[in-house]
Amino acid sequence: MPDLPRVVITGVGLSSPNGDSLPQYRKNLLAGVSGVEPWEIRHVGRTLAGVCHFDPLRWQKKKELRRGTRAGSIGIFCAREALIDAGIALESLTPAERARTGVYVGTTEHGNVETENEIHEVSQRDFDLSFWSHHHNPRTVANNPAGEITLNLGLTGPAYCIGAACAAGNLGLIHGAQMLQLGEVDLALAGGVSESIHTFGIFASFRAEGALAWHEDPAKASRPFDRDRNGIVVSEGGCLCLLERLEDARARGARIYGEIAGWHVNSDASDFVLPLAERQDQCIRGALARAEIAPDEVDLVSSHATATPVGDEQECQALRAVFSDCPRTHVNNTKSFIGHAMGAAGSLELAGNLPSFEDGFVHPTINVDHLDPACEVRNLVVNEPRQVGRVGTILNLSFGMLGINSALVVRRLAD
Amino acid sequence: MNREEITAAVVDIIQTVAPDEDLSDLKPDVKLREQIELDSMDFLDIVMELRKRYGVHVPESDYKELATLEGCVSYLGPQLEGLQGKSARIAAR
Repeated sequence: MPDLPRVVITGVGLSSPNGDSLPQYRKNLLAGVSGVEPWEIRHVGRTLAGVCHFDPLRWQKKKELRRGTRAGSIGIFCAREALIDAGIALESLTPAERARTGVYVGTTEHGNVETENEIHEVSQRDFDLSFWSHHHNPRTVANNPAGEITLNLGLTGPAYCIGAACAAGNLGLIHGAQMLQLGEVDLALAGGVSESIHTFGIFASFRAEGALAWHEDPAKASRPFDRDRNGIVVSEGGCLCLLERLEDARARGARIYGEIAGWHVNSDASDFVLPLAERQDQCIRGALARAEIAPDEVDLVSSHATATPVGDEQECQALRAVFSDCPRTHVNNTKSFIGHAMGAAGSLELAGNLPSFEDGFVHPTINVDHLDPACEVRNLVVNEPRQVGRVGTILNLSFGMLGINSALVVRRLAD
Repeated sequence: MNREEITAAVVDIIQTVAPDEDLSDLKPDVKLREQIELDSMDFLDIVMELRKRYGVHVPESDYKELATLEGCVSYLGPQLEGLQGKSARIAAR
């Protein structure tokens, strides 16, 4: 392995169903506050979703909102807030610095919302395609959310999306770190976004797979590891981190959340939708090897579990295989609070755990009334936060359809 | 619709397409693009709104007629004058 520059997180911008800033989000994760609510969408009807409530007009004009996509709006909000959080005034960036800023946005899918809307529109008019919007192309190209960020912020560096199913948020961060290490850019806005709650197709498809969650109480619907879990709560959201090389961050005296210390990405090559514990195990070990740490040096595993019967079981099998002899390793889950934010899940779930480096708490996974014996893992933090003392290393897991697995190690910098 | 109603209908469409703009002082004989921020995609939006709201199909060769507010009203007059205000919108849907 060549001696590559170290990369750190210096800013976090996010919108989650239970918070639009890291402090608010963290507070709700420690207080057990869910962000799942009743949701209604065409053709599907009454269902549940994680819905974001940030004000898009904070950073966009009404015309931009009319033209752009929800994913673009979420991305713009997160990018702007990440820069502010990092202490970088956008207007102070020179043209040269703007050209050296990369935007790397993970997405599970993009374009379904806009295509469904157009089909709905023409279906009301006998499928007369003269009513098909000229905005459909720019709204649905796969780089749309990243491109909207560059338009709004006036950034001229490389900007594109990374399609990686539900591993995409992690992949955005990993790709951003890689581009910084290669010297392609000096600043990277990296993570993921999702507008998935605005496409009926995703709800209909999960329902068809028997994997769409339902509970009379929306806050109880997303219940990873529980015996009575019945599927995924679909959510929208976003989280972009500002990444910099360590030496640059130190030179400008930036606050550093943590270092992107290692990662691994691999593929099951076994099934379109079903996960594979064996490959997840290999993915986790690959990331630990890259970070040059042993399993028992991981303090906190932010699990991927989505509350599908098979998915949670497979992941727990992988976690037991790697961490059963690790007394200090704790495991939690964020989807139990906010549902599955798809392309944003990886980066949002990491972000909610970053404050552990400072406060020593591990937020719980909520809604575990009857722990499924198949989901028993050592030190699973259930329903209440746990003070564990010093947290030095977080392992963030995100897996996706077509068998993509990602594991990301973030380390607290030595004091 | 009379000329006044057609003017109001056009201004309403422009406001929908350019929601951040203050249109209270729009000069009828000056090009719209010289008075407000309006690019080619916005212009296509105006054409689309005319189609959706009033069933008016503006061929590309006539786009130049819509450069000013006055031009819009004169061009649309013959096509809209037989329609009754809001009921025209409903009929076109």
